[in-house]
Amino acid sequence: MVKLKEKIIARLDSLEKLPSLKNGSIKDALIEKGFTRRDFMKWAGAMTAAIGLPSVFAPSVARAAELADRLPVIWLHMAECTGCSESLLRVDTPSIDSLIFDYISLEYHETIMSASGWQAEENLENAIEKYKGQYILMVEGGIPAGSSEFYLTVGPHGTTGAEHCRIASQNAAAIFAIGTCSSFGGVQAAYPNPTNSQPLSKITSKPVINVPGCPPSERNIIGNVLHYILFGTLPALDNYNRPKWAYGLRIHDLCERRGRFDAGEFVESFGDEGAKDGYCLYKVGCKGPYTFNNCSKERFNQHTSWPVQAGHGCIGCSEPDFWDTMGPLQEPLTNRLYKSVFGGLGADATADRISIGVLAIAGVAIAAHAAIGAAKK
Amino acid sequence: MSQRIVVDPITRIEGHLRVEVIIDDNGIVTDAYTGSTLWRGLETIAKGRDPRDVPLLMQRICGVCTFSHYKAGTIAVENALGITPPLNATLTRTLMSCALFMHDHPVHFYQLHALDFVDIVSALSADPFKAQDEAFKYTDFPYACGADHLKGVQAKVKAFVDKGNLGPFANAYYGHSTYHFTPEQNLIALSHYLECLRIQRVAAQMMAVFGAKQPHPQSLCVGGVTCVMDILNPVRLGEYMTKFQEVADFINRAYYADLVMAGKAYANEPSVLNDVGVANLWTHQEFQVSKNEFLFESGIIMNGDLSKVLDLDESKLTEEATHAWYKNDKALHPYDGEQEPNYTGFKDEKTINAQGEMVDTKVFDTKGKYSWIKAPRYDGKPLQVGPLANIVVNYAKGNKYVVPVVDKFLADTGLPLSAVLSTLGRTACRMIEAKVIADNGLMALNSLAENIKSGDTTTAAKYKIDKNKEYKGRYIGHVPRGALSHWTRIKNGVVENWQAVVPSTLNASPKDKDGIMGSYEACLIGLKVADPTRPLEIIRKIHSYDPCIACAVHVMDTKGNKLGNYKVSI
Repeated sequence: MVKLKEKIIARLDSLEKLPSLKNGSIKDALIEKGFTRRDFMKWAGAMTAAIGLPSVFAPSVARAAELADRLPVIWLHMAECTGCSESLLRVDTPSIDSLIFDYISLEYHETIMSASGWQAEENLENAIEKYKGQYILMVEGGIPAGSSEFYLTVGPHGTTGAEHCRIASQNAAAIFAIGTCSSFGGVQAAYPNPTNSQPLSKITSKPVINVPGCPPSERNIIGNVLHYILFGTLPALDNYNRPKWAYGLRIHDLCERRGRFDAGEFVESFGDEGAKDGYCLYKVGCKGPYTFNNCSKERFNQHTSWPVQAGHGCIGCSEPDFWDTMGPLQEPLTNRLYKSVFGGLGADATADRISIGVLAIAGVAIAAHAAIGAAKK
Repeated sequence: MSQRIVVDPITRIEGHLRVEVIIDDNGIVTDAYTGSTLWRGLETIAKGRDPRDVPLLMQRICGVCTFSHYKAGTIAVENALGITPPLNATLTRTLMSCALFMHDHPVHFYQLHALDFVDIVSALSADPFKAQDEAFKYTDFPYACGADHLKGVQAKVKAFVDKGNLGPFANAYYGHSTYHFTPEQNLIALSHYLECLRIQRVAAQMMAVFGAKQPHPQSLCVGGVTCVMDILNPVRLGEYMTKFQEVADFINRAYYADLVMAGKAYANEPSVLNDVGVANLWTHQEFQVSKNEFLFESGIIMNGDLSKVLDLDESKLTEEATHAWYKNDKALHPYDGEQEPNYTGFKDEKTINAQGEMVDTKVFDTKGKYSWIKAPRYDGKPLQVGPLANIVVNYAKGNKYVVPVVDKFLADTGLPLSAVLSTLGRTACRMIEAKVIADNGLMALNSLAENIKSGDTTTAAKYKIDKNKEYKGRYIGHVPRGALSHWTRIKNGVVENWQAVVPSTLNASPKDKDGIMGSYEACLIGLKVADPTRPLEIIRKIHSYDPCIACAVHVMDTKGNKLGNYKVSI
């Protein structure tokens, strides 16, 4: 722990020496908004907990936030629906999180930037050149690849999306695949993947941190940026290169309906009496037991709700190939009726055989549990 | 000598869009081409899937109008299976639609479109006290326009500009000759730009109360809605109502007022007037607020003839691909459509860049194919859809919710009715639509409460999908960008076929076999571009449609070919 702290402090010292890009750290912004130093430290404490650090690191998080304006960010749009950008714009409570968005230097982001056409392309080229080795690259969307790279071109030179990713990733300080599409190919990569859409990690040889979710919560994005500022390294990752601090627990582990599951109380069909009473959604397809994400803890839109609260099961949107492996989305996995990709066996053909094996066993166990619950009634 | 201007990417939109125009010696646009540079193929992916999964998949067409395709897909399946959802479910869906429109329209105006009218740099020289007085000219209750507040806005932005790094605001068209707001007016709009960033979070929460999250809500099921606990919880209803009122207040005091301000300031700017685009306007019934009542009605107006509103004949809708990167060029009905990708690429040419130099550029092969967007036609003619079509059709039909708002807006701005058929009108109609919803949407909440009080707590209809039966169904409705339809066939219990004809496909369509333009292209003809290196006028016009290009690119293949096997050779 002491060593880690020293490392962080050294990292912050080096960041402090970088020239400031513009006015206003997050702290200045807060004070401008009428927040006090005390509010700021409270916020830093909350963020420290959110990214899974012991509270002793809170002052370091606060200092990192004061330095955050020194981080240029380039955000590229590939084959996508823009939902990830939208998610980022929504920002979670407290709304001051949004200030990280405002107070990093967003050099290129097509949904927000004023410049278009040639001027937009200039902005991208200038940023890559000016902040060589310093900028964070965030990519949203799957990337058409192979001979069909031209399913996406951007800019007056008709540059393919894949080429944009390769160029921008060359000199990035850190690379984040934001959302399930850039992490795993996403919806356009679902069978039969007509555009040969690929994850960012298949396009660049540089290490990529996956921040999946359709869309991912903005907290998961911001937490990663803070992690980078603090450590100057990539966060600890799971088998799918997802940061463990955000994707370390199953939805099921902290679900508000977990007690119902344990009691064997299940919604049998949408709109039934069990649905009105908040029974477990496993039998109407909830994939919470197979899905690693923090939705059940963080929720969405300033903690307003999340799918299980709204009576709809988790669809497993932060897992690889979930469109093909988790369907039918409104039936339990072990009741699979329709064949999907890989002959209906799901994600078994992907890299991580071991964890999927474990999940399959869990699936059987859960189905047995559900059956026992029903028998008890 | 004529010259070609390439604008790619068009930013501040959803998706990937390129516009090319040809201008003559006087800078007048003589020809225009708009094309999408992205293809995703979601309808191909829908095939063979469980019909209950596809609405969630279709939702991923767009993360901006994120509820539109979810609801459309769900209703298309319900229509195919012959399901009528319970009233509680329908009203809840209306409340979610209210949230979507009340989110989408202000965000479009302030975050995506306003900088086409507002010069941020000019706002820095404004007198905050004068600006405070100015704000009262457009509403009796200005929003975030006190001199002290405006001073703060100015100081914040000034500090930002002074440091020399404008981030996302860099390299814009500040000082362009077609900006017409005074420094004080720019400051008012800038204040609302920042306020909208906050308000849009509240509007997103409105969606999340019943929808779990926004973007990509997750509380619909074929047959109804799943959020029964939220519907039966008075605290949740109150939460929605309070947030609704907060956003409605912004729409009435800021959004409405700013459009009156823009209507006056831009009343004589030629680049935003006299450009209806395609004058065939289509809208469809939406917003059921009680058992039998809807806020907006259906209809088609052809050739700009407001005296006649026709009914839609579904059989007359087709899509063709003469100038789109698909193999089959023929016009086919959505139930029978087919296409395979056929990418033919760009051509090499020198065009003018931002510095005014002639440089190597890739340009559209305008004689051949040049877009991933197909050309939908109605009875062989292009249509314009969107808030302009919705408001004009409903005005022509004498809709009791629409007429008074339009009349008040025209009186407040002094603009004639004909001014509605323009870029300025398109932008104003979006606001008018948002205001109609903000003023009346809570009727659906009242109806929901009344219905629950009467003892009806059903939220989902029961149904079975018979694997031995074939089904066919569609959704037709109105979403933030205009008329939307989804068409499906179900066979063997799985989706055999799926097609979405979306607003941006209709508006952004390339030319058809007869060379007839879609609305984006048509509205650019005759436009004077003041500076070919800074084509602000083009961007302003295109933004007025609120382009949503990921929606517009889609493919279907009824022959059952696996498109994944096709290789495109470049």
